[in-house]
Amino acid sequence: MSLLDELYKEIILRHYKSPRNYGPLETANLQVVGDNPSCGDQVELLIQTEGERIVDLRFRGQGCAISQASASLMTDLVKGKTWAEALELERKFKAMILEGTPPAPELDELAALSGVHKLAARVKCATLAWNALEQAARQAGVVLADA
Amino acid sequence: MGYSVGMAFVTPQAIRQDFPLLKRHPELVYLNSAATSQKPEVVIEAVSRYYRELNASVHRGAYTLSTQASEAYEQARRTLARFIGADEQEIIFVRNTTEALNLVAYAWGLRNLGPGDEILLTEMEHHANLVPWHLICERTGARIKAIPLGLDGRLELAHLNTLLTERVRLVSVVHVSNVLGTVNPVAQIAQAAKAVGALMVVDGAQSAPHMPLDVRALGADFYAFSGHKMLGPTGIGVLWGRYEVLETLAPFLGGGGMIREVFVDRSTYALPPQRFEAGTPAVAEAVGLAKAVEYLQNLGMDKVWQHERELVAYALGRLDEELPEVRTFGPRGLDRGGVIPFVLGSIHAHDVATALDQHGIAVRAGHHCAQPLHRKLGVPATVRASFYVYTTAEDVDRFIEALKKVRDFFRDWL
Repeated sequence: MSLLDELYKEIILRHYKSPRNYGPLETANLQVVGDNPSCGDQVELLIQTEGERIVDLRFRGQGCAISQASASLMTDLVKGKTWAEALELERKFKAMILEGTPPAPELDELAALSGVHKLAARVKCATLAWNALEQAARQAGVVLADA
Repeated sequence: MGYSVGMAFVTPQAIRQDFPLLKRHPELVYLNSAATSQKPEVVIEAVSRYYRELNASVHRGAYTLSTQASEAYEQARRTLARFIGADEQEIIFVRNTTEALNLVAYAWGLRNLGPGDEILLTEMEHHANLVPWHLICERTGARIKAIPLGLDGRLELAHLNTLLTERVRLVSVVHVSNVLGTVNPVAQIAQAAKAVGALMVVDGAQSAPHMPLDVRALGADFYAFSGHKMLGPTGIGVLWGRYEVLETLAPFLGGGGMIREVFVDRSTYALPPQRFEAGTPAVAEAVGLAKAVEYLQNLGMDKVWQHERELVAYALGRLDEELPEVRTFGPRGLDRGGVIPFVLGSIHAHDVATALDQHGIAVRAGHHCAQPLHRKLGVPATVRASFYVYTTAEDVDRFIEALKKVRDFFRDWL
């Protein structure tokens, strides 16, 4: 499989073209914008929490297939999770992207992004939405393990 | 496509042989010279030779070596002055275009602007010609207006007279757009600026490397450019200023080398250009840049410009004919330099650039430090292919063939 095939799997392009959980969320009580100023990519997260749980979230944004597909897949995965569970998923996702660790089974379809590890220039695209999620956790007053 | 050097005819293929990096990577199609150019052997050698044979403190030693180093530095200043048709006392060495524009903003703008004053820019400016003025406006209460950008990639100069009121104290315009390649009629704008008594600043980052220049004929007061985009080292650039204007300016940075007399609580300053060169300058880089200028002059700047014009016409022709999925931006005409911004269907520029990279094509993708321009174009990002002296028609061919493969790869998602 060529690097391009590995990077742009069908599921990535499908989420890019038809993102899940995209648009406004009127019940949101948290709102954060993550961006990569050097390239202009942006992901805005709208999150509704109840206690420790993310009961609903949606995103809006613009950017490349990697950043937008990553956001789309992430919203699917963390919806319904507690902050602790969501941040644990973030840790596993980043290990896969930054260190090349084999994808943890819990990452489910996000494993499709594992090829990004081989392209240093695109790492910041894949992690954009997750950085925004971490920012939201701080805003919610969640104490981060590594903070 | 090529250059006449003396009686000989030099092709870009032959020119490539002068560039160690291009020789080392024969498979690389480097189409990002608008960001930074590659360096010829003679420039690398001139920098290395300076450190091996001449390195000493300039204008600060009584010994022979220091005199020789100072002479090499001042000789570089003379070479740069001749290159743009200026007097050597008008050449200020700075780090790059960004620093040059900041110098004007702080040395002139901070002292001369106040509430009610206006600065006239354009919608196609690089962030380097926007952000310094934002910072100055925050501190002085002055206000920014912009000449609009038309959809054909040219400035809408019909608005110029309305915009150029007597409140406008300074006009700063990019000579050649780093995104669209548009060559702006700066002489015409400078004349209009002068008529209302405004200073005229020209961002020459994308013109000095590519076309013959005579800063006096432009009618500007300041002209800024970078060495690293014109075959020279990083960390060296030039601010040219009309001497009568430079004389009236207070220093930007203070320190050694820019003074006449210093007391504990005050100081007086040297004449320009030394007044604006505080601290030990980038001597090796200045020497390297002068060598780059000699290399370009040897090719002939008219030939450099002609070569890029031919390449851009050839590339646009092929793109139009063979890749209908590609949308290019920028003017179609003689007022166009060797830069092609484009998008491929609805595929994001970064994804296209990553895919091109897999075929050995190095391009830039993003907003190219020109967010207002992209907002006006209505696209968040573009892919940009840019050409220079060593770019060959074969490079363009390989780029087009690779782009076809990229289109095929994303075919179902365009």
